[in-house]
Amino acid sequence: MSAHTTRKRAFVPELLGRSDYAIIGQIVEPNTRVLDLGCGEGELLEWLAHNKNVDARGVEISGAKVQRAIARGVSVFQSDIDAGLADFPDQAFDYVILSQTLQETRHPREVLREMLRVGLRGIVAFPNFGHWAVRLSMLASGRAPRTSLFPYEWYDSPNIHFLTVQDFENLAAAEGFRVERRYFLAGHRGVTWLPNLLAEVAVYLVSQG
Amino acid sequence: MIVTADTVRFDSLSLDSGARLGPVEIAYEAYGELNAAKSNAILVLHAFSGDAHAAGPGPENGKSGWWDNMIGSGKAFDTDRYCVICSNVLGGCRGTTGPASINPATGCPYGLTFPVITIGDMVRLQRMLIDSLGIPRLLAVTGGSMGGMQALEWAVGHPDRVVSAIPIATTARHSAQQIAFNEVGRQAIMADPNWNGGDYYGKEPPARGLAVARMVGHITYMSDHSMREKFGRRLRGKEAFGFDFEVDFEVENYLRYRGTQFVNRFDANSYLYISKAMDYFDLTGGQASLDAALEPARARFLVISFSSDWLYPSYQSQEIVRALRARNCDVAYVELESSYGHDSFLVDVEEQSSLIRGFLASTFEKLA
Repeated sequence: MSAHTTRKRAFVPELLGRSDYAIIGQIVEPNTRVLDLGCGEGELLEWLAHNKNVDARGVEISGAKVQRAIARGVSVFQSDIDAGLADFPDQAFDYVILSQTLQETRHPREVLREMLRVGLRGIVAFPNFGHWAVRLSMLASGRAPRTSLFPYEWYDSPNIHFLTVQDFENLAAAEGFRVERRYFLAGHRGVTWLPNLLAEVAVYLVSQG
Repeated sequence: MIVTADTVRFDSLSLDSGARLGPVEIAYEAYGELNAAKSNAILVLHAFSGDAHAAGPGPENGKSGWWDNMIGSGKAFDTDRYCVICSNVLGGCRGTTGPASINPATGCPYGLTFPVITIGDMVRLQRMLIDSLGIPRLLAVTGGSMGGMQALEWAVGHPDRVVSAIPIATTARHSAQQIAFNEVGRQAIMADPNWNGGDYYGKEPPARGLAVARMVGHITYMSDHSMREKFGRRLRGKEAFGFDFEVDFEVENYLRYRGTQFVNRFDANSYLYISKAMDYFDLTGGQASLDAALEPARARFLVISFSSDWLYPSYQSQEIVRALRARNCDVAYVELESSYGHDSFLVDVEEQSSLIRGFLASTFEKLA
């Protein structure tokens, strides 16, 4: 990983209250087909449909969230991501988005493979477990780390697979994924060096190598 | 709400069985106004025992339409924005030609000489109605249960005429269990001596058989939970068992009441024909898979199922959704939590309304 591929941005604005959404909103080209895995109430898809005229679809496990997404006019279906992609034909989408969901899936490697089967490109945003505050929290307390990014007690955390920026880089290399772009964020600042230590959130644009 | 109630007559209708039926009449009602572009029409398709009177107070007795909680000003199918049309199905007994209608060739009711019909035939007649109303494309076709089957049939059989489809609590093909319940109903009717091979018009109708058929139907429309809530083991107007075979329990009284009520508004032969059409329904229809059968579909879909519906369980809706997804169709799906069983789509409408309202608004917006 090199700093050259990292967009230097002093300040990343928010989109719908999230700076990773701002980056995703920037990456997605207009008039494309987009699938958002774990799309929640469909806010991002709604924004992309209105502002980029994308053909937007979503998958979400929570029935209550699916209801709110459909009520706002987004085509979302209720399913679990680990099982939900098998029915899609190959290359059905230009982008498949996994926004802060990868760490919640049961089989993240299979999900990544599947997303690059059904999509030409994958956009993966995840919280970085290698961030210094996480490391410090664990070192100082001797307990499962709790930070603003990982606020849960170990027993009620939705996160079941913790990964760092370096872990993702290693897996992408092992799987032969091509990393087209990478963005690192700490709050609203872009991180340009030592991302594994300093980035709170990473956003990757990957494709099948 | 502007209401139209009318009947349209056609010379002839060709049927899936190869037979021709004619003349054919179809009764319909419409609520709301068709816009200048004729792009705001929604066809609502009724379930097994429904009729064209979907909304508003009834013309005869003032009784509300069967989906009155969903259709009207400001409701899910908002008649301030859309023109909602509902017709009685082919084979029915509420204004559309069916086995109780007079066969012009004989001057007598058809009875069992009425040809066997399919869901596809019902939809073909609806298509003729929509043509006669000059509507080029329906903004949505929707219905629950058998209405959902018709919505699916529209989407596959007439894809250029449908912008979106909302099949609710339904299936792409009747299962063994669904066929089995229908067969019990048919056998109850045919076992009534008054049925007389379907020739009972002008005589005593097979009221007991039809009532028993309806009782079985009602059990399948509810859930164990809703029956426990509604009746429990409560006794009807007594403190102790009667030690006879009169009504003891509240639930017995309810089923008997429902059965008797049904006899007043439904024709036993219609029961046979329409239930058979449902049993024959299989969207796959000789194709290799459901995916292949859905190939012609171009509509945007919203599929809804209910958690406590054991007659049309969610797996059947999910089967439709998976096949649509494999075809890369635009499909939204949710299983709504409800304890009312199959009847949920008629009675538990709050969440269903918000889904449909949003889906229709975005579909209409995309169209413009």
